[in-house]
Amino acid sequence: MGEKWNKGLLGWIDARFPLSKMWYEHLAEYYAPKNFNFWYYFGSLALLVLVIQILTGVWLTMNYKPDAAMAFNSVEYIMRDVNWGWLIRYMHSTGASMFFVVVYLHMFRGLIYGSFKKPRELIWIFGMIIYVCLMAEAFMGYLLPWGQMSYWGAQVIISLFGAIPWVGDSLALWIRGDYVIADATLNRFFAFHVIAVPIVLLALVVLHILALHEVGSNNPDGVEIKKNKDENGIPVDGIPFHPYYTVKDIVGVVVFLIIFSVIVFFMPEMGGWFLEKDNFVPADPLKTPEHIVPLWYFTPFYAILRAVPDKFLGVVAMGGAIFVLFLLPWLDRSPVKSIRYRGTIYKVAIGVFVISFIALGYLGTQPATEIMTWFARGFTLLYFGFFASLLFIPKFEKTKPVPDRVTS
Amino acid sequence: MKKYLAIVLLVLAPAWVSAAGTGVILDKANIDPTNKESLQRGARTFVNYCLSCHSAALMRYERMGKDLGIDEKLVSENLMFTGGKVGELMTVATASADAKEWFGTVPPDLTVIARARGVDWLYTYMRSFYRDDARHIGTNNLVFPDVGMPNVLWELQGSQEAVITTEKDHDGTEHKVVKLKLVEPGLQTPKEFDRTVRDLVNFLDYMGEPAKYERRQLGTKVILFLLVFLVLAYVLKKDYWKDIH
Repeated sequence: MGEKWNKGLLGWIDARFPLSKMWYEHLAEYYAPKNFNFWYYFGSLALLVLVIQILTGVWLTMNYKPDAAMAFNSVEYIMRDVNWGWLIRYMHSTGASMFFVVVYLHMFRGLIYGSFKKPRELIWIFGMIIYVCLMAEAFMGYLLPWGQMSYWGAQVIISLFGAIPWVGDSLALWIRGDYVIADATLNRFFAFHVIAVPIVLLALVVLHILALHEVGSNNPDGVEIKKNKDENGIPVDGIPFHPYYTVKDIVGVVVFLIIFSVIVFFMPEMGGWFLEKDNFVPADPLKTPEHIVPLWYFTPFYAILRAVPDKFLGVVAMGGAIFVLFLLPWLDRSPVKSIRYRGTIYKVAIGVFVISFIALGYLGTQPATEIMTWFARGFTLLYFGFFASLLFIPKFEKTKPVPDRVTS
Repeated sequence: MKKYLAIVLLVLAPAWVSAAGTGVILDKANIDPTNKESLQRGARTFVNYCLSCHSAALMRYERMGKDLGIDEKLVSENLMFTGGKVGELMTVATASADAKEWFGTVPPDLTVIARARGVDWLYTYMRSFYRDDARHIGTNNLVFPDVGMPNVLWELQGSQEAVITTEKDHDGTEHKVVKLKLVEPGLQTPKEFDRTVRDLVNFLDYMGEPAKYERRQLGTKVILFLLVFLVLAYVLKKDYWKDIH
């Protein structure tokens, strides 16, 4: 390559910057397995939502005021007096939740097809760091509208740091910059939300994709397509990402945008799941809402936190629930990647994990009554039990033979 | 049912705490956001009865007039009592320190109250005041017990009293039932009054999100476009992929 481009403007650029080289390496000559299915849309969709969030975020910043006395009103100002402000705001609030929908499905894909396994451990680790950054980004962004749930949600989460022995209280104070959530907190959260975390996120996305393109994509069969190459060194089961997957992903993008538009235009609160009722009441440090509920994407971890009777151990369990995901490549040592060729016991374990994650998510939205807490404890054990079981399952699991080539 | 406003308190089911926190079953507001006349009547009720204590400080008179089809001149003559320009926000003249002394709390801004409380809550709340001599303002409210707000609409509604009875349901559980009985008629019949409140709630709902109508209209067009785009994208994909497999 390169030879045919050595004339004209592009040739001039290519002599100074690897433009054509990048185009070929990452798109036109990046060979992806030809058997990607439904689950493989969510990577490119996550990228799309990231772009939506950054663009709408930039435009929101033009009218938002990170000031405790003005923040709530400035959001309503955007909703009323700024041309198309309501659209930009709803795209951003819907985008936040849809980001988690897409990322959870993307992670689930990695889980069931063993995409975190050798040689893709670093892709998984980068992805997990992206997920943690995304949670920080969403948490800090949720404070900005300065409603009651913004305020008290942040109060609850930051007070968790106070549970750390010895340094806890000073740490929480240091994070807030005041004895309660206040203007100082809002200002620094704004700084992190619009500058610090997005920069880190973008860098991590680049690393995630570079690592992926270094080793190549996994697929629903968990077969390494690079093991079967033709005489030109091209994987026989591989097809160029562009144009094949670009045109395919456009279909996914349009379907996603239809769902996205239904929410933005017809149900932006999503029945209180995307925009909570209490957040239409301005933050009031003297009035605690009856139920403080984090947004849905945090509720599985919130349920685990509340399931543990001791506050500090609860924080440890909650952190552990996220940390254990980082260890996945070293917990599941089965040589078979895809769920298609794994034993029944593994499929049951995945099923239990999915049910416990969804159940914890539901329980996290409910008041912590005694019976609910016991359910949360049970599902917390199942959640961690899944990861523990991965250590043992390969020992007595009956796997099916993995084919040499991808199936259809 | 015409003369009473029946509200059942689920005293024996504390787990059933509703969003309002009082366990009161809410009446359906059944508002019609496309009904401009209803919205206009609601706006009139709002500026006459609510805006003297409550502000709607994130809403502009001008926007209200434009969306509700009320002439700018009519807005400034009939709906603005404190003078000023139509481009101004619907603020309130009462100083918050005074309000705190009179009501025990500053009356909340009502711009987005419909989004915080929900229309059914507002509709039920404003029809659930009753006489209560134990309170210094002389009234109480079933939906919001010991609320600082008096029954501002009493002149239209009349006065209600609470009648408490105990009823057994089919499996023998006892429920305390509180019914409100109209003891002194107001200027409007109960049916007319329900309509007045419904119009007012309709207006509050509009004010909570003035762009709602525009949002739905645009949404239909966007989704229709995307559906056409989907067909093209799908055909394009099919064409490119015919040599794979």
